[in-house]
Amino acid sequence: MTTRRELLLSLGATSAGALVLGFGFATGAGAAARPLPPASSGRGAADRARLGNYVMITADGSVTLYARNPEMGQGSKTLLPMLIAEELDADWDRVKVEYAPADAKRYEAQYAGGSMSVPDNWEPMRRVGAAARAVLVEAAARRWQADAGALVTERGFVIDRASGRKLGYGELAAEAARLPLPDPKTLTLKAPATFTILGKSHRSVDTSAILDGRPLYGIDTVVPGMKYAVYVKSPVPGARLKRADFAAARSMPGVEQVFAVEGVTPGASEQIGLARGLAPGIAIVGRNWWQVNRARTALAAEWDDAFGAEHDSEAYDARARKLLDGSGETRRQKGQVEQALAGATTVVESVYETPWLPHLTLEPQNCTARPTASGVEIWAPSQFPNDGRELVAATLGLPLDEVTVHMVRCGGGFGRRIMNDYMVEAAVIARRAKAPVKLLWAREDDVAHDYYRPGNYHRLRAGLDGAGRVVAYAVHGVSFSRGGKPVNGGEIGLDAAPGLLVPNFRLEQSLIPTILPTGWLRAPADNSLAFVHESFWDELAVAAKRDPLQFRLDHMRASFAHPIADPTEEGEPPYDVRRAAAVLERVAERSGWGRQSTPKGVGLGVATYFSHRGYVAQVAKVRVRADGDWHVEKIWVVADVGPIILNPTTAHAQVEGAVIEGVGQLTGEIRFERGRAVQANLTDFRLMRMPAAPEVDVHFLLTDNPPTGLGEPALPPALAAVSNAIFAACGARVRALPLTAQKIMAARTDVQHAG
Amino acid sequence: MKLTINGKSVNVDAPADMPLLWVLRDEIGMKGTKFGCGVAQCGACTVHLDGQPVRACVTPVGSVGARHVTTVEGLSATAEGNAVRAAWEALDVAQCGYCQAGQMMAATGLLLRNPRPSDADIDAAMQGNFCRCSTYKRIRAAIKTAAGIDPSDRREV
Ligand code: FES
Ligand code: FES
Repeated sequence: MTTRRELLLSLGATSAGALVLGFGFATGAGAAARPLPPASSGRGAADRARLGNYVMITADGSVTLYARNPEMGQGSKTLLPMLIAEELDADWDRVKVEYAPADAKRYEAQYAGGSMSVPDNWEPMRRVGAAARAVLVEAAARRWQADAGALVTERGFVIDRASGRKLGYGELAAEAARLPLPDPKTLTLKAPATFTILGKSHRSVDTSAILDGRPLYGIDTVVPGMKYAVYVKSPVPGARLKRADFAAARSMPGVEQVFAVEGVTPGASEQIGLARGLAPGIAIVGRNWWQVNRARTALAAEWDDAFGAEHDSEAYDARARKLLDGSGETRRQKGQVEQALAGATTVVESVYETPWLPHLTLEPQNCTARPTASGVEIWAPSQFPNDGRELVAATLGLPLDEVTVHMVRCGGGFGRRIMNDYMVEAAVIARRAKAPVKLLWAREDDVAHDYYRPGNYHRLRAGLDGAGRVVAYAVHGVSFSRGGKPVNGGEIGLDAAPGLLVPNFRLEQSLIPTILPTGWLRAPADNSLAFVHESFWDELAVAAKRDPLQFRLDHMRASFAHPIADPTEEGEPPYDVRRAAAVLERVAERSGWGRQSTPKGVGLGVATYFSHRGYVAQVAKVRVRADGDWHVEKIWVVADVGPIILNPTTAHAQVEGAVIEGVGQLTGEIRFERGRAVQANLTDFRLMRMPAAPEVDVHFLLTDNPPTGLGEPALPPALAAVSNAIFAACGARVRALPLTAQKIMAARTDVQHAG
Repeated sequence: MKLTINGKSVNVDAPADMPLLWVLRDEIGMKGTKFGCGVAQCGACTVHLDGQPVRACVTPVGSVGARHVTTVEGLSATAEGNAVRAAWEALDVAQCGYCQAGQMMAATGLLLRNPRPSDADIDAAMQGNFCRCSTYKRIRAAIKTAAGIDPSDRREV
């Protein structure tokens, strides 16, 4: 991160004399690493205004650290300040944490996605802390006329061990704020062995507010004079309003305003990417949300939605199966796949299908907006607040500076809140209503207007030689397109293993045009691809008559000699097959693989996957009952995300949650008829609930690699580990999700008599 | 109409068919009780009426009558509620945290009527409380911790 960009620091004092440390990057040739002149000199003001403030220390010794990224339960609002506090040697128990404003110019991209908070911030945040510490130490050295190098810091104090003198950071803040900043290049960071904050478990800084029920989430936002709103849209996404009974809705109790909003259709080039434009709809505004939501039934709205007629899940399924009978566009290939298949001793061929999935963040989408004289002020639970701000400005035709966005805690994200559709809606409604408005979607809105994880379809063919080695791997994947381009979150990729380990491979892709909104769901693409490839790899092990874990290890070890670069992942670290093998070996040990004897109806399954820079292997223990119902008893997880687990309690929680969510995805599905979702509320989904949640054993394999994130990589292997365990338990290989008892009963090969 | 919420008497002026959830959140301004589905499927809105967990999203305020309403803001009024909150904190249960008010209310309701719940009791009492972040492992352990029993998962499958 710091290699190509230059670090900029700024130091200043508030009018009350608090030290404020700003920080940012300069890119481009002219930007030499430099501290900016102190604020008191008056120079460099423009530069300073470009930098985000991260540290504020007031005379009473209180330390406020600013978290630049959104929080949705993944822990970044706590972890990013921990990184600063570690190098600052602040007293963590007394540190106050606040969100930074959403301002990409000063804070760069502020986002929660891709498990990137750790890779993006691991070094820069620690440098912020180290710089602040350096000026505080220098201030103490000057006061004491001592050698700065001989002073130490501990929990908010600079200490001179030789004389026993100590000064609190607050007592030094005003002086430190006037000092020249150190050259960022001279800052040395701590060796991880000396960390006192990182590597130890720290609860979320919001814990008390959560447990005491204090207002915290977007939905809890209150602005004086605020109204409540719902926004009624066509069940077929994007359809325009034909007619509605506005008067009837207006006459409902509690309703104050009802008005239609013209949609804004994004330019053709903007169809792909983050959600653009604004869907047409009807806003109902009033004094209580339940009342305005009830008024929607009076609208009897009709929509111009004929264009949805052919967009049925069944039609998609039929189309995909037909496409899989032919060939697709070749996206990647190596060697001679057809030749290798023809020469193979055994050829295995299978078709896999994964369904569309909703996000279902438990806090429904919402946003509070207040019109200002010349713009709008917004409180939004968003994973991409900068993008939302730009989207609001562009859609409403406002200058960016007239749009203020405050981050608020998200009641779940999972990729749904990358899209800021609700933010634009709230901004438009508030400006039209000329009042602060809290827009809240009903759950039915959330299900009907999601950016769904698209399903996909795969035909896989693999050839094994006489020694049971995979020599050919041919993949034809069917996904969806909009404007001729593959949709978001539905990318068809080649799994690193076995795909890239095989000497001859080919990846073909076919696309089905869709009008349904699609987006990223936790571990996008990988959440389905891991199920497909890791299940199929298991099938290959069976065909080779090998233990599935050993079969994977043998193929990995055979590839140790040639490192694998995946050219599709530019800028990403290459796949390291040794790390992949190591987590697999460790999970075998921890789960007692090959040493556990399982009773009848119980099976162990393994899967391993590399995504979001993390290496994860899992073993699942599953019981299949006589009626085909299945229960995951336990999942052992081994993950390699680098040399240190920065906040262990959160790291474990992310893995536990991702694994259980992955198991839940095996039974999830949303289907469509005539362009609209069939399911409406939580009643219509089989959700992962307490009784079905397995025990999860989490273990981190520490390796000498840069630390990486944990929000996503533990999810993908869970699905295949479970489905492979079901195969081991009863011989049923279910290749089309959702994984139902009926499908198991149809496919099982063990002798079982229901009832 | 008059309600008793967390031991205090509160006057509200709301239609009798308005669900208690929206009276609490939008009329009284107590934001601790959460909205997730509105159809008694997620448990985010769980409150107690005379110590019994109910879904506030499907409880018309007019049906509450003289029964005492306890919300997460008043969780610590009982020893069980205190123990639940302490266990939730000690085990760092929350991820996004949005479901946890409802989870803690449901768990406290369980402990009020069953001080030493088995895994099966926990499954039965908690299955109506959906956690999208899948914090179930820690919820199970926290309930047992609050009950002062061995927190390990002892389910027979
Ligand atoms: S909001 Fe009441 S159960 Fe979901
Ligand atoms: S902690 Fe996020 S929904 Fe339960």
